[in-house]
Amino acid sequence: MSPSVPLQEMIRAIRSARTQCEERGVIQRECAAIRAQFRQADNGGRSHNLAKLLYVHMLGYPAHFGQMECVRMIASPRYSEKRVGYLGAMMLLDEKQDASLLITNSIKNDLSHSNQYVQSLALCTLACMGSAEMCRDLAPEIDRLLRASNSYIKKKAALCAVHIVRKVQDLGELFAPTARSLLAEKNHGVLHGAVVLITELCGQNTETLEKFRKTVPDLVQIMKGLVISGYSPEHDVAGISDPFLQVRILRLLRILGRNNEAASDAMNDLLAQVATNTDSTKTVGNAVLYETVLTVLDIKSESGLRVLAVNILGRFLLNNDRNIRYIAMTSLQKIVGTDHNAVQRHRGTIVDCLKDQDASVKRRALELSLALVSATNIRSMMKELLLFLSSCPPELKAEAASGIFNAAERYAPSQRWHIDTILHVLTTAGGDVRDETVPNLIQLITNTSELHCYTVHKLYRALLKDISQQSLVQVACWCIGEYGDLLVKGECQETEPVQVSEDDILDALETVLQSHMSSPTTRGFALTATMKLSTRITDNVDRIRSVVSIYGSCIDVELQQRAVEYNALFKKYDHMRAAVLERMPVIEKNSPGHTNGVSTGEPVKELKPVQVKQGEPQHAANQVCDLLDLLGGSEEPQQPQLAACSVVPAPPISTSTAGGDLLDLLGGLEPTPLPLLTPAPTMTVYEKDGVTLTLSCEKQSDSGLMVTLTASNSTDSNISGFTLQAAVPKSVQLHMKAPSGDSLPPSDTAKVTQMVVLNNPNKVNLKMRIRICYTIRGSTVQDTIQIDSFPTH
Amino acid sequence: MIKAILIFNNHGKPRLSKFYEHYTEDTEQQIIRETFHLVSKRDENVCNFLEGGMLIGGSDYKLIYRHYATLYFVFCVDSSESELGILDLIQVFVETLDKCFENVCELDLIFHVDKVHNILAEMVMGGMVLETNMNEIITQVDAQNKMEKAETFIFQSTRQDR
Repeated sequence: MSPSVPLQEMIRAIRSARTQCEERGVIQRECAAIRAQFRQADNGGRSHNLAKLLYVHMLGYPAHFGQMECVRMIASPRYSEKRVGYLGAMMLLDEKQDASLLITNSIKNDLSHSNQYVQSLALCTLACMGSAEMCRDLAPEIDRLLRASNSYIKKKAALCAVHIVRKVQDLGELFAPTARSLLAEKNHGVLHGAVVLITELCGQNTETLEKFRKTVPDLVQIMKGLVISGYSPEHDVAGISDPFLQVRILRLLRILGRNNEAASDAMNDLLAQVATNTDSTKTVGNAVLYETVLTVLDIKSESGLRVLAVNILGRFLLNNDRNIRYIAMTSLQKIVGTDHNAVQRHRGTIVDCLKDQDASVKRRALELSLALVSATNIRSMMKELLLFLSSCPPELKAEAASGIFNAAERYAPSQRWHIDTILHVLTTAGGDVRDETVPNLIQLITNTSELHCYTVHKLYRALLKDISQQSLVQVACWCIGEYGDLLVKGECQETEPVQVSEDDILDALETVLQSHMSSPTTRGFALTATMKLSTRITDNVDRIRSVVSIYGSCIDVELQQRAVEYNALFKKYDHMRAAVLERMPVIEKNSPGHTNGVSTGEPVKELKPVQVKQGEPQHAANQVCDLLDLLGGSEEPQQPQLAACSVVPAPPISTSTAGGDLLDLLGGLEPTPLPLLTPAPTMTVYEKDGVTLTLSCEKQSDSGLMVTLTASNSTDSNISGFTLQAAVPKSVQLHMKAPSGDSLPPSDTAKVTQMVVLNNPNKVNLKMRIRICYTIRGSTVQDTIQIDSFPTH
Repeated sequence: MIKAILIFNNHGKPRLSKFYEHYTEDTEQQIIRETFHLVSKRDENVCNFLEGGMLIGGSDYKLIYRHYATLYFVFCVDSSESELGILDLIQVFVETLDKCFENVCELDLIFHVDKVHNILAEMVMGGMVLETNMNEIITQVDAQNKMEKAETFIFQSTRQDR
């Protein structure tokens, strides 16, 4: 075994190794030598060995065999050995190791050592890796040191106490009185430690916080001393007197002044003074100013002071130094909720920061911009955000896309703008959007019936250009399937007319079907769309038939199943094909937390961008199930109603689709209970042109109400397509059951009943607005009524 | 609270690593590597704050770094520390090293790792800032070094007596 060498030589040897393998060899030899040395009795070079081991540990090699040696070194009387031993303890030991218990006694002895440096070593190690038991054992010692020792030890003991309090919260009471008395010290190091200790104590316990509020005058005094006093060479950093202490005290003042008028008043003058007197040309000055601003905004300060604070932040935003701009935006983020208007004034600068090269600044600017979007500035902000999306770094794309969707959802000035925006996002960042985007977009499109033509044209063109963005392709396929006839017609008011033949459409869909870029879900969409087109277009039905039969032997089980069923639809059930593939009715939005029967057991998922789109197989599976149902020979003439199975964030008015008895056949759904209708008070809410609507309600539970609407027709013409839609105030939940029918024969021969279940947990004043639509004598009639009072028992 | 203090060179070799919370050895090395990756990608004229990586903590943690010649000084802190304050602390640390080693360079840090640890122990204790006054720190470090030298001298002289 090679003789041990002092630390420097070993380092030189390691550095001269040219390859990783050589280095490992050197280190292994050294470690073997060190281990042998450890086993030997006391010799002069012990501290060197441990130092070498610690160096090796830093490079990443295992060094656990040194733990016992650390324990032995700490117990040694020599200072050099103690020093390395404690350093080793901090690096190698932690509270989970058994060896750490062994040093408790040594630390205890060293805390009472005559030499202050030995005491400081012990304090340092305890603060670094002290476990809960060690802290409990040694807390009285620390308290003693806090009271009676020199300032060097006091400041270390204060920080050690912070560590103890963090580990064992009950010991906070032990240190509270001592902490208070430490505020009278002159030494800045001790003051600093005391302020940190008090901050920690206040953070843990609200009663302690109340007690420490009495120290606010003392703290204000200390701060004044720091700010006003002349040049003091020992504490000066670039012209400011001990900025670190100032920052700490300001932070503590913030905690003490929060939600407390009296304390905030005491601080107002001081904060104003600091804000105006501090020199902001250097970083230290900015640090103090920044802390002051945060404190002003967090406590109950007077309005003049708040304005001053926001102005300082505005100045920070225009600063050339990127660091300052970064933290200005961080603090603006914190206050954008409370002082929204003040932050809006700086919107221009913030939006400019979106174009900064620095990724950190961009991220902050993005978060802040999204928080600043409002109904007035939505158009200009969206332009900027979309520009940002096309050039932003990939890690921010998902966040930006979802933020844009939320903003568009809340503040869209027009439907067309909304659709355009979503399409734009899908084309630029389609791979990073949430799974729910596709059903949300589809829902939006079906709701804006006047723009169907425009939408389908736009989507068709986007599809021709690029079929790699899956979400975009899915939406496009769905729309082409639904509105293919509008596409073929060719004329559209909003965009330039383009001649699209049926073959072109089918070509596009086939490309999607065959491309290797398409995911299985997308293929499913394309196949269903092709099938739907068989009723919309007239010439190429045979082509469709052949496409569908090809996929009857596809490897993908899902596609195969669909193709086989569609084939069956062509062959055996051709008479039903038209009815099955009719236009989808308008999908109505779900209220959040209201899982409609269709989404069988699908939980509301958290949003993760790049994952298998589980929403889509569900969506598509429902279509298949619906078809299966009809093929199974249900007598219901109703069209299958497809409800979106995802949650739409914050819709102002919530209605849910009528479940329909069809859905009971899907199995595993919430059973729709039919309560017995006991005679309940009725009132007539609508009577016009021979159509009468009466309402009766019955209390179900503490907050639930069952409302029954009955309609009758006293004219002598048949009424068809009779539908009711209802809207209630925001906090009330509404669930509409299936209507008993949709046609009213003349002269009151039969009635239509519709049951609505309301849940009013907040007990707000119940109002309902009902829209009635029906067709009589070939023309459609629409009317809206508002019900302000409900008859109750 | 400061979670970790790392010094590494432009190639990612660690020159000092001090963790104020316990991690296993593998995790520590991974943290050093990950931090190096994050920090080395940065341009010269961007801001000195980075969101932390995955390993060392969630969204609350930031990396505050400064680049001096061939060395990166990185402090990983949580939201209870003032970012600009930590930047100044790094400056004070480097100035103290400069005073102690007389025009410090990377080689000094390599061959005297234990001394750097001792200096750091006077500035940051248990993850909290202890002392920021450069002169005070240097006084204490000098006194401790003197004590050590005195011991070795005594030891050597007693040996010679035998």
